[in-house]
Amino acid sequence: MPCIVENYDVCVVGAGHAGCEAALAAARLGMETIMFTVSVDSIALMPCNPNVGGSSKGHLVREIDALGGEMGKNIDKTFIQSKMLNKSKGPAVHSLRAQADKASYTREMRKTLENTEHLTIKQAEVAEIITEGKEDCHIVGIKTVSGGTYYCKAAILCTGTYLHARCLTGEMVMQTGPNGLQSATHLTESLLQHGVEIFRFKTGTPARIDKRSIDFSKMVEQKGDERIVPFSFTTNPEDVQIDQISCWLTYTNEKTHDIIRANLDRSPLYAGVIEGTGPRYCPSIEDKVVKFADKDKHQVFIEPEGLNTNEMYVGGMSSSLPEDVQYQMYRTVPGLENAKIVRNAYAIEYDCINPNQLYPSLEFKHIKGLFSGGQFNGSSGYEEAACQGLIAGINACMEIQGKEPLILDRSEAYIGVLIDDLVTKENHEPYRMMTSRAEYRLLLRQDNADLRLSKKGYEVGLLPKERYDWVVKKEELIAQEMERISKVMIGANQKVQALLESLGSIPLNTGTSLVELIRRPELSYDLLAEIDPQRPKLPEEVCEQVNINVKYEGYISRQIKQVAQFKKLEKKKLPEDFDYTQIHGLRKEAIQKLNVVKPVSIGQASRISGVSPADISVILVYLEQLKYQHKKVEENA
Amino acid sequence: MKTDTIAAIATAMTNSGIGIIRISGDEAVEVADRIIRLKGNKKLSDCKTHTIHYGFVMEEDVKVDEVMVLLMKGPKSYTREDTVEIDCHGGILVMNRILDLVLKNGARPAEPGEFTKRAFLNGRIDLAQAESVIDVINAKNDFALKASMNQLSGDVSDIIKEIRKKIIHEIAYIESALDDPEHYQMDMYGEELAEKIAPVISKIEHLLVNAENGAILKEGIHTVIVGKPNSGKSSLLNSLVGKERAIVTDIAGTTRDVIEEQIRLNGISLNMIDTAGIRTTDDVVEKIGVDKAKEYVEKADLVIYVVDSSIPLDADDDKIIELLQERNVIILLNKSDLEPVITEKDMLSRLNKRILSVSAKNKDGIDDLERTIEDMFFHGKIQMNDEVYITNTRHKASLQDVKQSLRLVQQSIADGMPEDFYAIDLMNAYEELGKIIGEAVEDDLVNEIFSKFCMGK
Repeated sequence: MPCIVENYDVCVVGAGHAGCEAALAAARLGMETIMFTVSVDSIALMPCNPNVGGSSKGHLVREIDALGGEMGKNIDKTFIQSKMLNKSKGPAVHSLRAQADKASYTREMRKTLENTEHLTIKQAEVAEIITEGKEDCHIVGIKTVSGGTYYCKAAILCTGTYLHARCLTGEMVMQTGPNGLQSATHLTESLLQHGVEIFRFKTGTPARIDKRSIDFSKMVEQKGDERIVPFSFTTNPEDVQIDQISCWLTYTNEKTHDIIRANLDRSPLYAGVIEGTGPRYCPSIEDKVVKFADKDKHQVFIEPEGLNTNEMYVGGMSSSLPEDVQYQMYRTVPGLENAKIVRNAYAIEYDCINPNQLYPSLEFKHIKGLFSGGQFNGSSGYEEAACQGLIAGINACMEIQGKEPLILDRSEAYIGVLIDDLVTKENHEPYRMMTSRAEYRLLLRQDNADLRLSKKGYEVGLLPKERYDWVVKKEELIAQEMERISKVMIGANQKVQALLESLGSIPLNTGTSLVELIRRPELSYDLLAEIDPQRPKLPEEVCEQVNINVKYEGYISRQIKQVAQFKKLEKKKLPEDFDYTQIHGLRKEAIQKLNVVKPVSIGQASRISGVSPADISVILVYLEQLKYQHKKVEENA
Repeated sequence: MKTDTIAAIATAMTNSGIGIIRISGDEAVEVADRIIRLKGNKKLSDCKTHTIHYGFVMEEDVKVDEVMVLLMKGPKSYTREDTVEIDCHGGILVMNRILDLVLKNGARPAEPGEFTKRAFLNGRIDLAQAESVIDVINAKNDFALKASMNQLSGDVSDIIKEIRKKIIHEIAYIESALDDPEHYQMDMYGEELAEKIAPVISKIEHLLVNAENGAILKEGIHTVIVGKPNSGKSSLLNSLVGKERAIVTDIAGTTRDVIEEQIRLNGISLNMIDTAGIRTTDDVVEKIGVDKAKEYVEKADLVIYVVDSSIPLDADDDKIIELLQERNVIILLNKSDLEPVITEKDMLSRLNKRILSVSAKNKDGIDDLERTIEDMFFHGKIQMNDEVYITNTRHKASLQDVKQSLRLVQQSIADGMPEDFYAIDLMNAYEELGKIIGEAVEDDLVNEIFSKFCMGK
């Protein structure tokens, strides 16, 4: 049977949040790119929560934006409510979250993709990867179910939750992907044949309820921020000050929990039907009731799915209980007594890979030119997926162009933390980004993602020059203003005392520096403008950085020291293809783990679960000895 | 990977009763078999582990020495490798000759600390224990030895581990609350944390105080003898040391330099420093000695002030008394054999310290002096019960950093900083503690430690 044969530079398998970023990055870097999806209508689909960002995920979106990715821009076009979370806490944990109009989000992303040069969209299920070579196995193309062959120089797998997907609602099991979409049933086999290790994970989503059946008077309204901050550094803040839609807060109660406990035996997870491992940090309501047995209530957020739909998302109550139990359970929640369920909650199981098989560039260690990103790599969440897609897309191009891959380390970006965790640590459940995973979070703030990453985005070729030039200029402005205010002295005059008093701050005994005053918890750079007459007019974003730099100077400098220590170990490189059984004195478990992960540096090795500091010392000593022996050999020669 | 076989003389390179040559590595037993003829012509390689054998070290057919040979097969040996120890006669010549033979027959000379390094590499001991080995080796007295042994057995590790556990628990709580604010409350957490940190800081401070004592134990009590010229300082030193060391004459100003001696009192080392008499002088050489004496007084753990009780106090004594007001001092009214013009009462009104009458020349009262010193340091300042002593300067520096970091956490709480800031300094404290017990990775630590070892250990 004659089949289609075509040639591309890059094949992207999947059009979810990872696939979209990967395809856009590749095409924008000039690669002829083709993106496959089982349904063109499901491009950039949000099958679970109707929002982008949130604690630490907001950081990821900002970083994607700073590197030249699309997610931030797309949500800025399509959000219906926005909030900066954790404002009462330190700047490191401030995080932006926006409610999306799901339909618009999908439509806008599709529009962007369809209008990107070098990018082809193709509705087809990919069945096989085609490789050549044994020792130097490398990708040469992919094959679709219909037999079409697409040759390529690099391929990026972003299959999300579609591989061998099945959805479970109590006893009912459907062999489909999310939202009843067709699952992909062939590719796993091809990967197994190529020696790829496959995991099986699960995740879940709550029910969607008809807005007209909800009594909002029993819930607490959750409004958006008065002043909206856009996600993208390139979006003009004035363009996003829209009328916002509210979310609503209510709670479960003991009655809810009783129903859940009484029906646990009908939950596929607890009845042992589900083989996949679920995320601890995005638990189903069943998990929460079991895990926090002493809590008499849990938060439930009712969130709109969009402007043109009555469907409301029931945040915090994802479940795989049977339909009848879901009705009982949801209807115990105040405001949901008469709830009509539009879509049932379900759990979804899918194939993904052990990401330890990947280099930090997201390329497979044993299949050159094959990259992967997103839930396929064992992560969870739109933002986690998008940033991996972006990095995989960039690095596929870097490889084709014979350039160094873009690898962000843990001190540079949350993206670096995420990827390092995936490729280094053992993941037995879908990986969710969390603030606590970032050791150097005071430096990795969402407000300075542009300062941290624009240079990289520009060097890679994704970030336009004008954008980069502005960031350089911004840096200069910040430095100049820091320098200026370090010299400003404030006298204990009447005007100063009056201002301090009005701000609830203790009056001055004697003159002090402006910097000292800014450091007072109740004061800030902006609040002291009127007693600093020489202050130049500066953009809001510059003032923000100056304020943070001054206020948290001691902490920032201590964290910078921690980073210096960290970098020392990252700089100690390990040989790429090294057999750790050779090192005498390593424990068996460590040898086994090291041989799987094949860490690129001592730093990475030290983060492998099962490798102890003593093991690291042994490797360090071994490296010392190697160096010593090399030196001796050289001297003798 | 095969490890090569190393060898060294494990005992001091002096002529003593017994010397030990230690061999460790894959071929240790073969090497020994090549040079030793055991009684009954048996082979060491056929013997059971942990046995001792009698025989001769042979060079060709010539008996080099009559020896006892200890066989310890890995992993039940110090290095966890096959180890052979040859107990020979302790002459330098003999030991060197046997070592030469060992080296000619397949072993290579061990680097300093290499045996312990291997013990560490093979998982036999952790870093803290390895470092304690150095202290054991270098211990100058019984108490320092005991302190080192305590570290070796892991007492320090246990305490540090416990503190670390507490700290990581708090870090984990803060992190959990950041990511799951619904289920982890942060209200009043600052106060709670402050309450938990205070006792941890006291514990660290306690370890640090003991570290000071540990240094005294290890180095010995730093004792300085001062007094005017010809008051009898050198005679005192000589009677304590038991030999003529300092130059003793009747001419004032004879001891122009400082003279150092180490003596042992009941297991405690005293580093006695006899100084030039302190007096106003124009003599340049003597002037240097006087300045040095003052400097030593500043650094001393104990000062013995020798006063000639047969002549009145003068302006030079005034100067000395001024120097000593804030120090640990024992006053000796010397020359009790002569007619006294200064009484204990006179003296105490000027300098209220412990006081004794002695005659250094006749050795009268020297026993009292020894008892007084013991008394001051045993039952007063240093108590050698089951306390844990930090005797390592690196550990001490780390503890100081830990204390500083915890203080910063207290400061953050007092300043009303958001909770996530506490974690930064808590993490520093945690990492620093990890360095003490080798649970934090440090890039150049290992080599630094083992380079301090001496040969054969």
